[in-house]
Amino acid sequence: MSDEPLLDVSDLTVSFDFRRRSLAAVSGVSFRLARGERLGIVGESGAGKSVTGFAILNLISKPGRITGGTISFEGRELTALRAEEMRQVRGNRISMIFQDPMMTLNPVLTVGTQMVETIRAHAGVSRRQAEERAVEALRKVYISSPERRLRQYPHEFSGGMRQRIVIAIALLTSPALIIADEPTTALDVTIQAEIMDLLLKLCESERMGLILITHDLAVVSQVTQRIAVMYAGRIVELGETARIVENPSHPYTRGLLAALPQSAARGRRLAQIPGSMPNLTTVPAGCPFSDRCERCESVCRERIPPLTAKDTGCLAACHLLD
Amino acid sequence: MTTATPLLSIRNLVKHFDISGGLLDQLKWRDGRMTRRRTVVKAVNDVSFTVAPGETVSVVGESGCGKSTLARAVMGIYPPTSGEIWFGGERIDSLSPRRMLPYRTRMQMVFQDPYASLNPRMTVRATLEEPVFFHQPNLSRAEVKDRVAEVMRQVGVDPAWADRYPHEFSGGQRQRISIARALVVDPAFIVADEPIAALDVSIQAQILNLLMDAQEERGLTYLFISHDLSVVRHISNRVAVMYLGTLCELAPTEELFSSPRHPYTRALLSAIPRLGRQGFAHLRLSGEVPTPINLPPGCVFHGRCPYAFDPCTREVPRPIVLDNGVALACHGVADGRI
Repeated sequence: MSDEPLLDVSDLTVSFDFRRRSLAAVSGVSFRLARGERLGIVGESGAGKSVTGFAILNLISKPGRITGGTISFEGRELTALRAEEMRQVRGNRISMIFQDPMMTLNPVLTVGTQMVETIRAHAGVSRRQAEERAVEALRKVYISSPERRLRQYPHEFSGGMRQRIVIAIALLTSPALIIADEPTTALDVTIQAEIMDLLLKLCESERMGLILITHDLAVVSQVTQRIAVMYAGRIVELGETARIVENPSHPYTRGLLAALPQSAARGRRLAQIPGSMPNLTTVPAGCPFSDRCERCESVCRERIPPLTAKDTGCLAACHLLD
Repeated sequence: MTTATPLLSIRNLVKHFDISGGLLDQLKWRDGRMTRRRTVVKAVNDVSFTVAPGETVSVVGESGCGKSTLARAVMGIYPPTSGEIWFGGERIDSLSPRRMLPYRTRMQMVFQDPYASLNPRMTVRATLEEPVFFHQPNLSRAEVKDRVAEVMRQVGVDPAWADRYPHEFSGGQRQRISIARALVVDPAFIVADEPIAALDVSIQAQILNLLMDAQEERGLTYLFISHDLSVVRHISNRVAVMYLGTLCELAPTEELFSSPRHPYTRALLSAIPRLGRQGFAHLRLSGEVPTPINLPPGCVFHGRCPYAFDPCTREVPRPIVLDNGVALACHGVADGRI
């Protein structure tokens, strides 16, 4: 196995123009992903996790833009690609799965049409060959009688089945990386378990990399090998999943884990983080978490802490852990 | 707890919705003649249970299982198709709006989406004062103002913000205001329909704490509707599991989570995401949830149940009560096969 990572995001900054100001939704985000590795990006709404995922695929549209950093994928610099070159990567080498399958699938085309279209856009094969591949892909995600199902429209499937179809479409081109943005948030727990299990097994068998963007720490801990915790546009903690779950370093990660009902004795008050995450216009100077942190000291209000290695074996961005 | 007189008693509640539309939509040409067919969604079918004073009973289940319909029927928002709802010893499901009025202050509801459940054109003060003015017209303005300020403090929203509008608040704060609106008429009983589902993780803990604190301070009784099983485990005394409009199992919380009996409960609990577990070990259910329009005969779960046998496809299982307070409806358990 080569040492070169599949994906190397370095110092990524994505800004949105807002009332003559430029607000950074993602600031200085860096992480690497090895071939076949699964990384979770966890955080609350507005933390910048989806924007990070979109930036990798170069899907940031106005008023937002990538204002700094590099994204290297299979040795190519994605931020420097022209639109048509990017199309060779997007949906081909990197696929994306979104939260709501009804929004992703075209309601007026049959599932088969959409799948055949995807295959033929990326590979020069005949319609018949494309259809055979589509049938094969549906079989892989355990959809029974795929030949018949290809002729059906998205509304004829249940929510869980639609998400399976979306996964099947994402896998059509044998991508090296899948970015899944809250893929099971809209689904019931039993369906969620099925879909995540399926995604996990497919990533393992096809040796695909996965970036799982979610707010659900428990789901992420079951699927990924490493976790990046984001807060107000920055990674505040990055490390092996088991270590972070068992022994979180950053006060925010600790607070998040302690706030889960399964962490407290039944019926007792839950540990809570006071306040709520700042929006882009109200991020405090210094550490973005400083105004909610119990341990905040004067240095926290002055300087932004860098993401550095801590005793726990994880990277964390906190002045007080040094 | 089960020996005390129940505050709320739901007896054989059935709620069906006729979705067949107008007469022309109902007419179908069939076998050479015109027939009229109705389409009925059988959302809740023969559900019975009680809630004791001071207790938190949660209703869990997946989308479409009828848990929200049940909550709304209890509140009188939907009139039941059949069955009875008793509150504090009185039957309330067939009362006229006027006779229902006194119960409106004793039962309140908190909804899921604090963006949709607060009127965007009313200030927080107006939202919170309106129910007091309406239900207690003899109170003076100053008294109402004090009451609102006190409730706002209790839910953790600064009373100085009372003249602001909902859009000026974050989701968590809006949910606090929704809870304040429920508390301001000093109810005994609150139905909370997914009150934290729309909130971020760190905010969920704040709202759950608020609900638990309010219960302790005011001796409230909760009927809590949720799909989040770890939240339900944390706050409930008893848990009711619903599937396709039917009550599968109702048990004391620890009993349910440590030894689920009904096959559906087992499958549901096995699918809860767990921190720090690698991979998945959920029980697989075959097939999909049938539509509540064409309910399967017999046990509604039989098509997906790994233990289904002959009677399950024909007879609706009758609820049985085990000696540890667990009530469930399953032929397999009743016959001692599970």
